[in-house]
This record gives sequence, structure tokens and C-alpha cells, in this order.
Amino acid sequence: MSSPFHGLVRDEPDNGLFLVNRRAFTDPEIMAAERREIFERSWLYVGHESEIPEPGSFVRRKVAWRPVIFVRDDEGTVRVLFDTCPHRGNTVCKEPRGKTRRFQCFYHGWSFNTRGELVAVPDSAGYGGKFDKKDYPLPQPPRVQSYRGLVFLSLDPGIADLATWLGNAREYLDLILDYSDDVEIVPGQQSYSMRANWKLLVENSIDGYHAFMTHERYFIDYVEDLGGSAKDWESLVQPTPENLGIELGGGHAVIENPIGRLPMSANAAQWLGDVRGKLVAKFGEEYTRRMTGFSRNLFIFPNLIFVQNFRTVRTFYPMSPDYMEVNAWALLPRGEPPEIRRLRHDNFISFLGPGGFGTPDDVEALENCQRGFAVHELAWSDISRGMKRRPTSSDELQMRAFWRQWYQRLDPAYVPGVERHAPVPGAAPARKVA
Amino acid sequence: MKIDRDTIETFLYREAALLDAWKLTQWLELFTPEAEYLVPPLDARDLPPEQALHLVADDHARLSSRVKQMLKGNAHAEDPQSRTRRSVTNVLFEENADGSIAVDANFIIHRVRRELVDVYMGRYEHVLVVRDGALRFRMRKSILDLEALRPQGKISIIL
Repeated sequence: MSSPFHGLVRDEPDNGLFLVNRRAFTDPEIMAAERREIFERSWLYVGHESEIPEPGSFVRRKVAWRPVIFVRDDEGTVRVLFDTCPHRGNTVCKEPRGKTRRFQCFYHGWSFNTRGELVAVPDSAGYGGKFDKKDYPLPQPPRVQSYRGLVFLSLDPGIADLATWLGNAREYLDLILDYSDDVEIVPGQQSYSMRANWKLLVENSIDGYHAFMTHERYFIDYVEDLGGSAKDWESLVQPTPENLGIELGGGHAVIENPIGRLPMSANAAQWLGDVRGKLVAKFGEEYTRRMTGFSRNLFIFPNLIFVQNFRTVRTFYPMSPDYMEVNAWALLPRGEPPEIRRLRHDNFISFLGPGGFGTPDDVEALENCQRGFAVHELAWSDISRGMKRRPTSSDELQMRAFWRQWYQRLDPAYVPGVERHAPVPGAAPARKVA
Repeated sequence: MKIDRDTIETFLYREAALLDAWKLTQWLELFTPEAEYLVPPLDARDLPPEQALHLVADDHARLSSRVKQMLKGNAHAEDPQSRTRRSVTNVLFEENADGSIAVDANFIIHRVRRELVDVYMGRYEHVLVVRDGALRFRMRKSILDLEALRPQGKISIIL
């Protein structure tokens, strides 16, 4: 029997054509299949170890619609516990974050330690002789693993290891994480939403094509106010060998292009120069240039974005086909002077987040796309840019990488198209020398 | 100048009226050159901008850029401009040791766009000073009571 979603994607590299049926953004049955075939069969970001620094530190979070407790147990092990009492369901974590030895369900008083073990039950004699507290721990996700402090869970017991899952994306995560020996998520989570399908934000997060139109106010007006010019970010739309849209396999992708003026480089040039000098001493010039000379947005399938310019971690989930919840954090070097930390914050929020000069206009655009999808007479969205040339960050190979992985999950009969692009001249990646 | 309830409340009401009328250039004149406009993060409302990633942390230069952008027509989330209505209540104030005036007030802002209504509510914690015979902001802080910007999704207007 063919998949009910057969024909949602037209993938025709020979014709330079890649089309996605707009039902993908509106159909509740497709969202149900996404939950089952994508979110419940992927590695999903939970948090960073720095958020729970000491034994007993915890953060309450929602991952894949499930309430979870991200906790460091009394022995220092990082754990993810599902936040539901095995007795009758109440959530046991009342505070959004803190430090504790016990999570007590206030409904009937069952208490759990930070390993999730049931340690106290009022009047346990009421259950008869066979009752054993060992049989009633807080449930835990089938898989929890971390990569360099980034903690993920999977609801699929049989999934490949996280490192294997990340695959080629690890090189680009390293380019972000090697910048500092020690990083931390800083206080201040951005919690917002868009009245739009979640996949529009996947596309938007790795879309260099929209930057100068949607974000003219930032890349031209604000950059000029920072003492720069419209030329600063020209590299975004120039087909140079260093302007790249890259498919990483597994649905992961990255866009990169030479970095232009940002608030941080405009206001902390001396500090950034010193940091760069230390990086050169440690990693050599070539790798350091890769680390510091490029703007880079890294997408980890299915719903995780790293925006290197702002040291942003961002993830999002659909609540319905036309509404998503978004959470974002800043992952910054630890131990820098307060004035530098402030500049890094300013650098982030000047563009990204609910009050920035970038994100609100993305929200507006994506919400209007969703409005446009009510026009069922127009069935297809076009994601063909760069099929017939070496793809740049303002092409769409990186989005096709996502869609191909997405569609393989929904239609087992689908065979992803193979694009043949000339190799990038002189762009063989410099590897870390440390 | 005489600082009394009438002076403070009139200042706040006039400010709200300027914002609701989108007279942002005039509104910007209410700020001293060293002023800041802050919207603290929803989950770390007591930490300063050096310690917590704020939603907005504008110095005068960035606030001026913000205003310029908002009036230019390429701030798409506010082009065309949304209808807004600000209510400012529960005003309290006291004089600080340095002669500045600490003002607390509640706010409710309704933003209407494409038939949807978004509500922002919270508390102002301003610091006003007298410059050239008029009240001016040295600190304009809007502390939201929201736990998440859902479903508002953005802060594309001045809160």
C-alpha cells in the first residue's frame, strides 16, 4: 500500500525542480505523522549541562510535548526525567528551575530523588505486601546522550548513537564550540511563538535569500548605524567560493558566508582580536579563520538551529499545523568581563528574538506565508534555487536537505533526488590541528 | 519644577499617547542621551543586562536606530503600523537620593493587527530626571508579567 502522503514532494534534479505541496504546512494528519515518524524517531535537544551546574540542580522543560526535568542527580550524573507521577499522573516539579534533593508529588505525597527513584509513599501498606517502590520510578526517555555538553534525548530506543546521528554536523558544531574552552547558557530564555507551521522556521533559519529583503532594516540600516555600509554583508548574495549552502547528510545542513559587521565587531574589536590571537596559538590560522571569519547557521534535523553569529541555540515544536512554540538561548564563553558579556548579549538581541531587529519581521513573514497557504488553488511551494549551479547560502540546497529527510520519513517509497554540483574550488575544509 | 502626582501622571499619559499615535520621533525626545530602554527576560526579571539576555536592552544609539527603522517602512512587523492602546495605572513615585524620580506603574497594552489582538501586561520601573525644565527618561524599564510571548510571538512595538 502506498503512503497516504505519496506525491507531496516533487524532486526532479534533472529538471532543476523541487516542489513541496503546501498541504505539508496545513494538514493535521501530516502533523500527526511528523510526531510519529520524525519527532519520536530523532535526537531532540534538551539543554546544556551548564544549566544544571551542581548535584540537585534542575530545570523544568518541555521536549516533544512532554514535560521533563533536566536534572543533575546527587552523584553528579546529568539525567532527563519525565515529569509525571507514576501513581496518577500529576507533574512533580513545581518550580521552573532550582536545586533540590526530592521531587514530591503534592497530589498524594509520593516523593522521588534526583535519580527519579521513588523514595517515600504515604501509607504504602495500603497497596498490600507486593508493593515495591522500585517498580514506580519517574519514567525516563529511552535514550539520553550528550555531545560536548549539549544534551539530547530520543524517544526511539533503537536509534543510532547521538554522535552517529550528528554525523558531518559535528564538524560545524565543533567550529562553534571550539571558540571557547568553557561555555554556558546565560540566564534569559527567549520563549515565543509563531502562528505558522514549524517547517517554515526550518526554511527561514537557513535562508540567505531573504536576508536583504526581509531584514533590510538590519543588514543595511542598522549596520550603517554601526558605522558600516550596505557592502558589509554583500557576501550573502554573491556567488563566491566562500558563500556556501551545504548538505551534511541526515537532513542536517549549514549555510556559511564571510562575516560582515555586527554590533560585537563594531564595539569590541580589541577584545575579539585578543580572543582570535589565542585561538590562532591553539588551533592555527586556517582553522581560526574558519571559526571567526564566517557567518554560519547550522541546522540539525529536525528542529535545532545554531546561529553562530549570535551564539544562539534555538529549537521549536508544532502545537498545531499553524502554530509553533520557539525557545532560544545564548551559549556564551564563560568568564569574560561583564562589559564584554553585555556586548555579546546586545549582539544577540539586536537581531534575534522577540525584541530584535530581525526576528519580528521573520515572524510576520512566516505568519503571512501561513495565511497564503489558505489558497489551496496554488498547490506548490518552490524550493529549487541552486539546483543548476553550485549552491550558495542564498540558494536552497540546505532546505532541500531538510525536506528530503522529512519526506523519506513520511513516504518510504520516496527516493531522494541526487544533485550533481561541481566541487567548490579551493574550499576543502581545513581540519582542526590541535 | 514641582514634582507631584499630576506632573508624573501627565508625563506617563502623554508618553502613552505619543506611542499609540506612532509619534516616535517626538517620543524619542523624552530620553536623556545616557538613557536606556530595557525589557528584561521573562524568566530572569531581576538580573541586569550584563547578567541576563534581555528581550530589549537599548542604549540611546540603538533606541534611535529602532525608532528610525520603525518609521521607515521596512520594519515589516509594523508596516503598516498596528493599532495599539496603552493603559497606565497604579502610579507610585518617590525621589531618589540623587534627585532623580523612581516611578512604578502598571501597564496593559493591546496590539491589534490583522484582526488578532495581542495583550502585553506588566509593570514600569522608570527613572525620571528633570532636564531643561522637563521630565525625561534616564531609565525606561518595562517588566512583563508574561511567562512566554505566546501567542504574541514578538515585541515589535515599544512596550
